[in-house]
Amino acid sequence: MLNYIVRRLLYAIPILLGVNLLTFALFFMVNTPDDMARIHLGAKHVTEDAIEGWKREHGYDKPLFFNAGAEGAAKVSDTLFVEKSLKLFVLDFGPADDGRDIAREIKTRMWPSLAIALPTFLVGLLAYISFALLLVFFRGTRLDTAGVILCVALMSISGLFYVIGGQYVMGKLWHWFPISGYQPGLDAWKFLLMPVLVSLVAGIGDSARFYRALFIEEIGKDYVRTARAKGLSELRVLFRHVLGNAMIPILTGVVVVIPRLFLGSLIIESFFGIPGLGSYTIDAIQAQDFAIVRSMVFLGSLLYIIGLVLTDLSYTLVDPRVRLE
Amino acid sequence: MAKIAFAILAACVLAACTQPVNSPYSAAESGGSVLYSAFGERPKHLDPARSYSENEYVFLGNIYEPPLQYHYLKRPYELEPQTAAGMPTVRYFDAAGRELPADADSARIALSEYEIRIKPGIRYQPHPCFARDAAGKPRYIPMRPEELAGIDNFLDFTETGSRELTADDYVYQIRRLAHPRVQSPILGLMSDYIVGLKDLAKALAEAAKAQPKEAYLDINAFDFEGAYVVDRHTYRVRLKGKYPQFVYWLAMPFFAPVPEEAERFYRQPGMAAKNFSLDWQPVGTGAYYLAENEPNRVMRLERNPHYREDFYPAEGAPGDREAGLLADAGKRLPMVDRVVYSLEKEDVPYWNKFLQGYYDASGITSDSFDQAIRMNADGEPDLTPDMRERGIQLATTARPTLSYMGFNMLDPVVGGLSEPARKLRQALSIAIDYEEFISIFLNGRGLVGQGPIPPGIFGYREGIEGVNPVVFRTDCAERDSRSRGNDGGCQRFKRRPLEDARRLLAEAGYPNGRDARTGQPLTLYFDTAASGPEAKSRMDWFRKQFAKLDIQLVVRATDYNRFQDKMRKGSAQIFEWGWNADYPDPENFLFLLYGPHRKVGTGGENAANYQNPQFDRLFERMKDMDNSPERQAVIDRMVHLVREDAPWLFAFHPKSFGLRHGWVKNVKPNLMSHNLLKYRRVDPAARAAYQARWNRPMLWPLGVTVALLAGMIWPAVAAYRRRQKATANA
Repeated sequence: MLNYIVRRLLYAIPILLGVNLLTFALFFMVNTPDDMARIHLGAKHVTEDAIEGWKREHGYDKPLFFNAGAEGAAKVSDTLFVEKSLKLFVLDFGPADDGRDIAREIKTRMWPSLAIALPTFLVGLLAYISFALLLVFFRGTRLDTAGVILCVALMSISGLFYVIGGQYVMGKLWHWFPISGYQPGLDAWKFLLMPVLVSLVAGIGDSARFYRALFIEEIGKDYVRTARAKGLSELRVLFRHVLGNAMIPILTGVVVVIPRLFLGSLIIESFFGIPGLGSYTIDAIQAQDFAIVRSMVFLGSLLYIIGLVLTDLSYTLVDPRVRLE
Repeated sequence: MAKIAFAILAACVLAACTQPVNSPYSAAESGGSVLYSAFGERPKHLDPARSYSENEYVFLGNIYEPPLQYHYLKRPYELEPQTAAGMPTVRYFDAAGRELPADADSARIALSEYEIRIKPGIRYQPHPCFARDAAGKPRYIPMRPEELAGIDNFLDFTETGSRELTADDYVYQIRRLAHPRVQSPILGLMSDYIVGLKDLAKALAEAAKAQPKEAYLDINAFDFEGAYVVDRHTYRVRLKGKYPQFVYWLAMPFFAPVPEEAERFYRQPGMAAKNFSLDWQPVGTGAYYLAENEPNRVMRLERNPHYREDFYPAEGAPGDREAGLLADAGKRLPMVDRVVYSLEKEDVPYWNKFLQGYYDASGITSDSFDQAIRMNADGEPDLTPDMRERGIQLATTARPTLSYMGFNMLDPVVGGLSEPARKLRQALSIAIDYEEFISIFLNGRGLVGQGPIPPGIFGYREGIEGVNPVVFRTDCAERDSRSRGNDGGCQRFKRRPLEDARRLLAEAGYPNGRDARTGQPLTLYFDTAASGPEAKSRMDWFRKQFAKLDIQLVVRATDYNRFQDKMRKGSAQIFEWGWNADYPDPENFLFLLYGPHRKVGTGGENAANYQNPQFDRLFERMKDMDNSPERQAVIDRMVHLVREDAPWLFAFHPKSFGLRHGWVKNVKPNLMSHNLLKYRRVDPAARAAYQARWNRPMLWPLGVTVALLAGMIWPAVAAYRRRQKATANA
């Protein structure tokens, strides 16, 4: 298994290089370093000297991929791409274009993101699976039909509606929670409850439908009939046998997102004023802060690859037939 | 474990008892004399030499103190000393160094020297850069890396100090404008005026190249003639030629003092990696200091314990006394101990929290406009009954801003000073109905533009005198006394009829919107960086306005970078732009039309590339004049020229609508000042009472929710049991 993990991690290197190259090319296709300088220097009284000075100070005065004026290996190494990208592989994100340390920002912002994402993920998983199993238990009945209609209705509504509706009803009308904001420490609970509740309700439609489809497929199999024939209670059949055998597709969708929980949610964090990582990348794109954009894209890719490796590993835990070699 | 759980429970209960359960503030942030506000975007820079943005000045203006400030209440805006002992004195010299009289001809003045004397005894806020050990040596300068390793938060610097403000600090800041690492946005502009600043910038850039990036660069070690210290409390600034507008810059944070110790402190190895920098943690003498800087969540200002003796003004503009704005005259400033700014990116939560009493003031977005404002019988904006019942107050004022539609004067169709091109632009000026635009897109929050100078700035003419005769005409019935002034002259005006525009268009060579020579329909191109649904409806409206003259408008929407690029290259034809006053002087608007400042070729701010030699000559004369009837006459001629030439459509001056709760006192809009917090006063008891009244939690929905859930679960459980039994029976 160790060989497998090492091999997968080695595969990650060219993937990450490719992601970096793509991010770099896309960013600089849309923006020139001059554009970045103008955005950072403001709209008034900007001179060419100031632009050149900004580029020099931030290391954007070099050619993008090939430095014709340099000698030997420096033709490639003394370029914007190599200067800005290689350090990411040792997780040295460097400073943002506004001078602030990116690693520090990530360390600070990931905790509020996690404070929302983790309970949403865990409680959601439990609630969605239980609800789906309930629907499967009552399959073909009016309760099942009503549940499916409810799910379709819930998944047809925009996520933004849940956010604004939740804020309006629970925050503005009922005064149960602060409408937005965040406090660290013990005070955090009252700021987290509403976003977690809203996220749970917003996710129940499509998740429960997805899990129901998985379980419906399992419930018709022979081992279920055997379990019932042995006199097991329906709860035991569903939660132990059906759920256990449906774990592979569940894990495929679930484990891969675990490492990315750190990255947070854009809409939820933005509307509820949660100072997480969710809006960090979008803010950086708006501010044309390439240093943050490439760091966050790199981190997202890295966590996604880790998620995929973890997914493969998790298969071995739930299905003894799976061997990683 | 049980004790910890009990402690947590007790803390929660205690917090819930002292303030409403939905309060977004911690107990530490609540109570006492506190102002609550919000910021929508985290500030990028808090270095006074670098920052040039309104959302940053909200903080900087209250932390740093330039030598001058604007009088809080008087209008028109009036400069007065802040840390200066008096207004600066200026001496003029000719090229040979001989002193000239104050009324000398501008052409003879080779050098102006401003002398500023600051008040003695002013002290800086507490800051670790001033901390000293028992031997009197700086406590944290130099600082060993292992010492810094244990410090993660700025509050971990347990020792702080202060010292007296001196003239050196002001001169040091002027030098900092040339610092290559600071990248001041006004370096280019000020290099044209301050003697030797350009050379200093070059020398510093060379020196910076030769040392590590984060190393301290001793800018005092370089020659610089542009500013120097006379004595402990006096300094002088030397300018090339005459530049009367320089006094306005002396009221901006660019010219606020920065102690050299702060630079030495922050430039130590390891500081930048911990986000400890002057760009992050300011060091000032102002009424407040930045006690907490977490721009992802909250920024908290606290009263500066060393703040100098400063008092609420005893005189103001007419009507201020009646409005209660002089009730605190003579009282010591500041009157609020703490100001809490929370990050609020979205408008909807901001507005709802304002209505709950958790923000003291709010602007009005388009979404909340109808809820907050209604037009009264006179067509004036007024609060809705709901707002009145809440004790909310409204303050409106025209912003010293101009939004305009510009024509690229280098364009072969709409540009140039030829008669046909001028008439084409005049026709469009009449056809595009900005009154309608203000009504539809700004909820009436704007004044239609009559010229390049906004209200509140010298040179702007009120009433019928100020109306642009190219676009408007008087509109009074013979016996209508309501629309006539005291002298019986007509005071009402309306936009010229579309027939006038059609006539001008025909004279321009485009009868019925077709080129008279080719018969082809006239197609014009509008470049914009606006995007999104709101921009689309705006662009549709523009198309309809051009279509009134049978002119086809092609909208070329692009991103801001491409738009800027087009403007620099002069490849746009028609565009939207705007300007917000740096200072209340007509020069700050009229320079936008000064030929040598054109964008194409020189990179200046004259985006329309307008160049009229007559206008340029008048501008050169006007900019050096003091405000006087003579200056007004010159400005009138300049305004007349640009109305006739019409390089811009003077679209509108936006109006600022601000709401505040009744417990906030001493609020008068002042769009030039940034140090307004020190004048504010709050009534915390009234606020607490309102907050409690407006935020009683409704508990019945909780019971209904539980009942509903039980109602859903119980049949499921019953059905499950039934089915289990049925299986057993089978």
